[in-house]
Amino acid sequence: MKKILILGAGTAGTMMANHLNKKIDKKEWSITVIDQYKNHYYQPGFLFIPFGIYSEKDVIKEKKKFIPKGVEFIQSAIEIIEADKNQVKLENNSVIKYDVLIIATGSKIVPQEIEGLLDDGWRKNIFDFYTIEGSTALRDKFKDWKGGKLVVHLAEMPIKCPVAPLEFLFLSDWFFTKKGIRKNVDITYVTPLGSAFTKPRAASVLGHMLDDKNIKIVPNFNISHVDSKNNKIVSLDDKEVEYDLLVTIPTNMGDEVIERSGLGDELNFVPTDKHTLQSKEYENIFVIGDATDIPASKAGSVAHFEGEILTDNILNFINNKPLEKKFDGHANCYIESGYNKAFLIDFNYDVEPVEGTFPLPVVGPFSLLKETRINHLGKMAFKHIYWNLLLKGIPIPGIPPHMTTKGKKLN
Amino acid sequence: MTEKMLADFTVNVNEEGYLTDPSQWNKEIAVALAKEVGIEELTEAHWKVIEFLQKEVKENGKLPTIRRINKVGGIPTKELYQLFPDGPLAKAAKIAGLSKPASCI
Repeated sequence: MKKILILGAGTAGTMMANHLNKKIDKKEWSITVIDQYKNHYYQPGFLFIPFGIYSEKDVIKEKKKFIPKGVEFIQSAIEIIEADKNQVKLENNSVIKYDVLIIATGSKIVPQEIEGLLDDGWRKNIFDFYTIEGSTALRDKFKDWKGGKLVVHLAEMPIKCPVAPLEFLFLSDWFFTKKGIRKNVDITYVTPLGSAFTKPRAASVLGHMLDDKNIKIVPNFNISHVDSKNNKIVSLDDKEVEYDLLVTIPTNMGDEVIERSGLGDELNFVPTDKHTLQSKEYENIFVIGDATDIPASKAGSVAHFEGEILTDNILNFINNKPLEKKFDGHANCYIESGYNKAFLIDFNYDVEPVEGTFPLPVVGPFSLLKETRINHLGKMAFKHIYWNLLLKGIPIPGIPPHMTTKGKKLN
Repeated sequence: MTEKMLADFTVNVNEEGYLTDPSQWNKEIAVALAKEVGIEELTEAHWKVIEFLQKEVKENGKLPTIRRINKVGGIPTKELYQLFPDGPLAKAAKIAGLSKPASCI
């Protein structure tokens, strides 16, 4: 019996288990999934928790529920991937051999990477919203916060869900307006990039949004450290920004097991062919989702589109057929903007987010790069789609893995 | 996208003056672009950064981060800031004929 081993039962790994389980010849192949955690999180929902829109019950389910029958699930930490020996060692030192390895170990925030971030202020007046612990702690803080300087800070790229900081800003503006204390809340966005919207088409359509919502921006700010005694963040070139409440998106990195196994770059992301999703170093290792170093967004939609293509390529690989260079970097993201409205963007390696309609030309129903109520309904419906279709590897009708230019205004 | 003269060469640039066709880049154009961002002279240390960025984009299809320029390129971040003050990645990328550091939107 040969083995396909999947490391990680997050969005990408769970989808791959479901895809392959339907397509693989079970007489010849077995599938095993390893993950250290019991719970699966609907991570796009973390954004809504601080504002009381979602709670824990919306975003947490057991991982096991989504692993299909016939696929083995092992809950264990992974000690090391020994790629030269085609094996993985678990924390109890047991060894699992594989013929094909799929790395889906994701990415996560690493607050330790920023000096001072975990000092006195952490979870007192410094929060993240990329973890269940962070987003629920921030919800509790927001409940009785009377206002002051709210600084939303992005440490460095790449991050999971690159639009989340903007969504957080827009939702904050709405949340404090509804509460009637917006005049007491000074909102500032601090980013290492040159502006909030960095792509030309998005910048020309949406560039005024921060101004309209009275959100200030400090661009080109690369953080050196947090001075939590004096409540300020300091940049590498000694710029300072004061805060009363700091909401930060710390450095994002791949899992430590990638570093221990010598398979990653300086951020523990695995060098991966951006079209085939094969590891650049080992031909029987494939990488999917946030764990790769490819220049696509780290987002669930990307993992979803990759999943369909990677399934074909794994079948090609085990049948000794050439891999198809098919992944185009396709991403599809809602951007929640408050007041029950949202934007939608759909793009790939070559086509930046533009205006238009999605998925169908003219009739949509969703509008690209435009704020609508229907986009917001799409975003809210997505939780159901995620738990019931996406994770189970069921294709979403009308949305193929490749980006289409139909309905897009390209010029 | 517009055409522009830089060091006697006609090049295509975007609205922020970044080259849109990396094949049009050469060292004389780099010197002219450096002046645009307030760097009067490109020293050997500047060229080391520029060449590292170009190599990375060619090999990986993306601009390296400041962290990677330090860890893989061997250029200390303090030095990077001295060479390209204020927004080092944006400035160095512009001079190297590459796209600016960007997010997905």
